[in-house]
Amino acid sequence: MVSLFPASFTRTRRPGDILLGLAGGLACAVTLLALGCILWDLVRLGLPHLSWSFLTGEVTENGRSGGIGPILISTLMILGFALAFVIPPALGCAIWLSEMVRQGSGAARIITGSVDLLASVPSIVFGLFGMSFFCQTLGLGFSILSGSLTLACMILPLLVRTTLSALQSLPADLRPTASALGLSGATMIGKILLPAALPGILVGITLGVGRALAETAALIFTSGYATRWPESPSDSGRALSVHIYDLAMNIPNGSGAASASALVLLVLIVLINTTAASLAARWHRRHSAS
Amino acid sequence: MSRSRSDILLRSGLGTLAGLSGSVVLLILFFLVAGAMPALRDGVLPRLFLDEFWQPGSQRDPQYALLPMLAGSILVTVLAILIAAPLGIAGAIFHRFYLPPRFAAWNEHALELLAGVPSVVFGFWGLTVLVPLINRLHPPGQSLLAAGIVLGLMILPTVALTSQAALRAVPGSQLFAAAGLGLGRVATVFHIALPAARPGIVAGVILAVARAVGETMAVVMVCGNIAKYPQSVFDSVRPVTATIALEMGYATSSHKALLFTAALFLVLLSGALVGWLAFRKGKNEAAVN
Repeated sequence: MVSLFPASFTRTRRPGDILLGLAGGLACAVTLLALGCILWDLVRLGLPHLSWSFLTGEVTENGRSGGIGPILISTLMILGFALAFVIPPALGCAIWLSEMVRQGSGAARIITGSVDLLASVPSIVFGLFGMSFFCQTLGLGFSILSGSLTLACMILPLLVRTTLSALQSLPADLRPTASALGLSGATMIGKILLPAALPGILVGITLGVGRALAETAALIFTSGYATRWPESPSDSGRALSVHIYDLAMNIPNGSGAASASALVLLVLIVLINTTAASLAARWHRRHSAS
Repeated sequence: MSRSRSDILLRSGLGTLAGLSGSVVLLILFFLVAGAMPALRDGVLPRLFLDEFWQPGSQRDPQYALLPMLAGSILVTVLAILIAAPLGIAGAIFHRFYLPPRFAAWNEHALELLAGVPSVVFGFWGLTVLVPLINRLHPPGQSLLAAGIVLGLMILPTVALTSQAALRAVPGSQLFAAAGLGLGRVATVFHIALPAARPGIVAGVILAVARAVGETMAVVMVCGNIAKYPQSVFDSVRPVTATIALEMGYATSSHKALLFTAALFLVLLSGALVGWLAFRKGKNEAAVN
């Protein structure tokens, strides 16, 4: 990286320079302060409620007391099914775009264009769509299945884009080499390209999990509000984010449990994002080495 | 590549999956239009802009004024951008040209952390911490101001991180040339780095606007949800997204169709913003080539 500290910068102390530094420093400080406030308030309000029995216990009194055990299980089920639904079409779409069609051809542009357009759809609209298509038209009702299908649609563009860029950043000579060895297309994709691109794909999947975990608006009308232990994917199940929303908006005196739930959600997301970042760093190192 | 039967099968299988992925957005548009159809057919569209009140569930005198909510969405977004853009861009300049690299890395991690905070957590924080503060200043607290601040903080990392990336992408040779010409830091920032990074920064701001317009959770909890034009920043507002989130649970027949119409507006708006972004990018690339 080019050093940004030419000697002339650090030595001169003109008024304008100091003023710009002050303004920028203030902006940075305000941003960090806001982050600090949010984190501190969550810890201050949430930590007293947090315990092992909170994480595993049943929801009682609409969430005012008890724990979030069934909600964590519902959340995990929604995430798991969403991944199961989104990975095949996303990988298939990305492989098709990168290996089967010429880039810039009409079909490729239509597909990438509509996937990018999908990425621009606001999450509440996904909720509306999921409600009328999965819950009502397909008759799945308010269920974990409906919620996860809705989330799958929502994170599809992210996964297609990350997989596509992972495939496109593979060394260009892999493909002619595989062809010269007489490998079939299926073997080349399954045994060479996908394994090589796997770390990049994993980054995309991890980011997708993070987005799905943070999502609320797409779930309030699809996966429902039930706080029972979910028994099957066709049960209604409340996701952690929906739980926070409900406690804060509809339950008087729910803010203690809501803070604790928010703290749990934040920790999960930080863990997931850190995993994604370290996977991505490893992927970049390997690529810059080769 | 040899054209064996399995390859043809693979090709058509992957093509099907790609078609499936591409058709999701069409399916969404289809369901939105189908849901909005009753309202569009009954000629409600002009009433969205002409009616005075929003009482779509009323049996006696249904009123369908969507305009105050569109105004709510726009006002909240404008306020959020007014907060996020100066902070984000000035912060990015400081990050790039003042902070020593070690601190800069920490600053970036902090921004990534802020970007990871779920919108419902922003909304919850706004409701339990920010709203009481504003309430002390000027009741009721749940207001345009609260929604603008919460949303502004939420999109701040988007603006800041894209601005940082855009400033980082300014070729080092230009910066060294500027230093060689004896330009100071201020002149380098304003006459070299910012003009060169402008397309990237603007793209980040547009992206943030699109996110702000479509955001539901962070605003619904703090905006107060009164469907009227606000007279000051301390008045309650009700953006389109909040309306959908609050009323979809119980809406029936024509009311429901109206909510689908509102969703259609949202999709068109954010689709237009993102489309504009893609168009700009295409034009910039064409200009470079």
